[in-house]
Amino acid sequence: MPGYITRKHRDATSKSQRGTEESPFVKWILITIAALFLGVFLLLPLVNVFAQALGKGWHAYFGVLREPDTIAAIKLTLLVAAITVPLNVFFGITAAWCIAKFQFRGKSLLVTLIDLPFSVSPIVAGLIYILMFGLQGYLGPWLYAHDIKIIFAVPGIVLATVFITFPFVARELIPVMEATGREQEEAALTLGASGWQTFWHVTLPSIKWGLLYGIILCNARAMGEFGAVSVVSGHIAGVTDTMPLRVEKLYNEYNAAGAFTVASLLAVLALITLGIKTLLEWKQSREFARAQMVIPEPNEVETCFITRPADGKT
Amino acid sequence: MSIELRNVSKHFGEVAAVNKVSFTVQDGELLALLGPSGGGKTTVLRMIAGLEMPTEGDIHIDGKRMNDVPVQKRNIGFVFQNYALFKNMSVYRNIAFGLKIKKWKKGDIDNRITELLELLELRGLDERYPHQLSGGQRQRVAIARALAPKPSVLLLDEPFGAVDAKIRQDLRDWLVKIQEELKLTTIFVTHDQEEAMEVSNRIVIFSKGNLEQIATPREVYEEPGNEFVARFIGVLNVLELDVRGGLARIGELEFPAHDRPDGSKMRIGFRPFSVAVSANPLAYRTQAILRHTFFLGVMLRLEMETPSGLILRARMTKEEYAAQGLREGMVVSTFIRKYRILRGEGEPLSGEIDTPDPTTSTFGAGI
Repeated sequence: MPGYITRKHRDATSKSQRGTEESPFVKWILITIAALFLGVFLLLPLVNVFAQALGKGWHAYFGVLREPDTIAAIKLTLLVAAITVPLNVFFGITAAWCIAKFQFRGKSLLVTLIDLPFSVSPIVAGLIYILMFGLQGYLGPWLYAHDIKIIFAVPGIVLATVFITFPFVARELIPVMEATGREQEEAALTLGASGWQTFWHVTLPSIKWGLLYGIILCNARAMGEFGAVSVVSGHIAGVTDTMPLRVEKLYNEYNAAGAFTVASLLAVLALITLGIKTLLEWKQSREFARAQMVIPEPNEVETCFITRPADGKT
Repeated sequence: MSIELRNVSKHFGEVAAVNKVSFTVQDGELLALLGPSGGGKTTVLRMIAGLEMPTEGDIHIDGKRMNDVPVQKRNIGFVFQNYALFKNMSVYRNIAFGLKIKKWKKGDIDNRITELLELLELRGLDERYPHQLSGGQRQRVAIARALAPKPSVLLLDEPFGAVDAKIRQDLRDWLVKIQEELKLTTIFVTHDQEEAMEVSNRIVIFSKGNLEQIATPREVYEEPGNEFVARFIGVLNVLELDVRGGLARIGELEFPAHDRPDGSKMRIGFRPFSVAVSANPLAYRTQAILRHTFFLGVMLRLEMETPSGLILRARMTKEEYAAQGLREGMVVSTFIRKYRILRGEGEPLSGEIDTPDPTTSTFGAGI
């Protein structure tokens, strides 16, 4: 019966779409406007980045990349991402787990708090840390007395990045975990599995695509974050400059070619991220479609067969 | 294994989902937990499994107190309402899961799975994934998975709720057959009284967290412990009567009410099979019009309306209906052979009271 209902349902949808469809003229106008807009505001600048970066040839391009300060910036960016992403994967899974699987007071507040980094300006995020750990801040004097450097040092950059990228993993996982529910995990427990075995064999496989998607977005933002990092970094060349800060610095020094060269690296990162994201979405939708497919009961086969000619006519 | 609950309660915040429940399940028994949704039956099942902790009271399995034993160590098999099969695993791996956790040898696992696929008629499906199975097949895989590690108790939460009627009947037969073969203590939750009646040895009836009655299917039907049970199991005609001069009346009907004060109310209940119906309008003292006849297979349900508008439901076999030549719209006569006095939801009913013989009573007086 499910197969039959699905087919009917789909038929009904396509018919209603046909009824409300725009005329071809309007359709083409809209598509052209959208394509022009994307071309002028997104595609053209992206092409321009690479054109500017490679304007003086590959030799000059690699010359810029070989500068010690640029190499230091690339290394620092990779380091920050390497610390931030695992931390936020852990926090994200924990937070999503709490929200999706338990009922507790203050749950909606927690959901709102997870979104805070999205809603607050990155500059404010940076300033929060200055206020906390800066020399004039609450913990500043104590940190100074114990010779612990957070602001204008790598720990500050990591903290600011963790803050900014916190929502990505949790946001991706909450709906997936809510949809899966607790039953499969409880089933594993009744079969004797420990909490860890349950997580590893049952929970993780069911959230893997959402998790990967979250990690990719989290990584892209961790590498590209400018505002919050700019506030806490102190812009010490070769020490606390990340790639986005390096781009700004080179540009302010009227080294347009250098700025575009480093920027092109970030652009490549963005393109790779988009590629993986599309791939994951495709995989996920394929798995979803597979899950919707129902093999009919033996006694249902006949029913499905009889309805087929009727569908053909409509 | 026997299971015993002693004064078990479960509170969710302020709400008492289960309220001081005690009962014992014998070794090898097939027990149904029956009640309307929200009655607390699933919570009881989950507490036996160890998926919920009782707020107070003790749960014993095979004489051992289980309160502090985690779900993994209780050696129970649990079948969830929506199957809860592992979506990312094949049928084989689903069933093997518990065995791998318990570190069975590969050869033993293969033998056990072959055995279970045979038992549940799932041969040849071991490489399929849950999404490639029909509802009935999924349910059987879930049962196979729960049975694989040889549990001492099998617990099923609304096991047949999510499949359509025809497959549900097959699955019921399955459960009875398997339970008899394995002699496994089995408890299942259902809100379908017919299912509970047909499948189980004994039924525990819950309402609003309270245990209302525990008895065999026949007993709960014929000797309901209280008004709730009487109304929940099967069909019950309920009438509210006004007492005057030692008689309780409604419409054309009257019943003795000797020691009741005038102006008070009396409620009675009777099963459809206690209502006699005759095609001869003068056979019994009360006349009525046969409004509807419902075909329920072998039995028919009749709905009659008396001149004053009372609706009475009766039950008879097809053969008797045909022999009497009954038809919808016909004027018939009717008589309530036996009834019980109702005293409120949780209160016990009176014993069955025989109505005086219709042939010796004041014939035709009420009409």
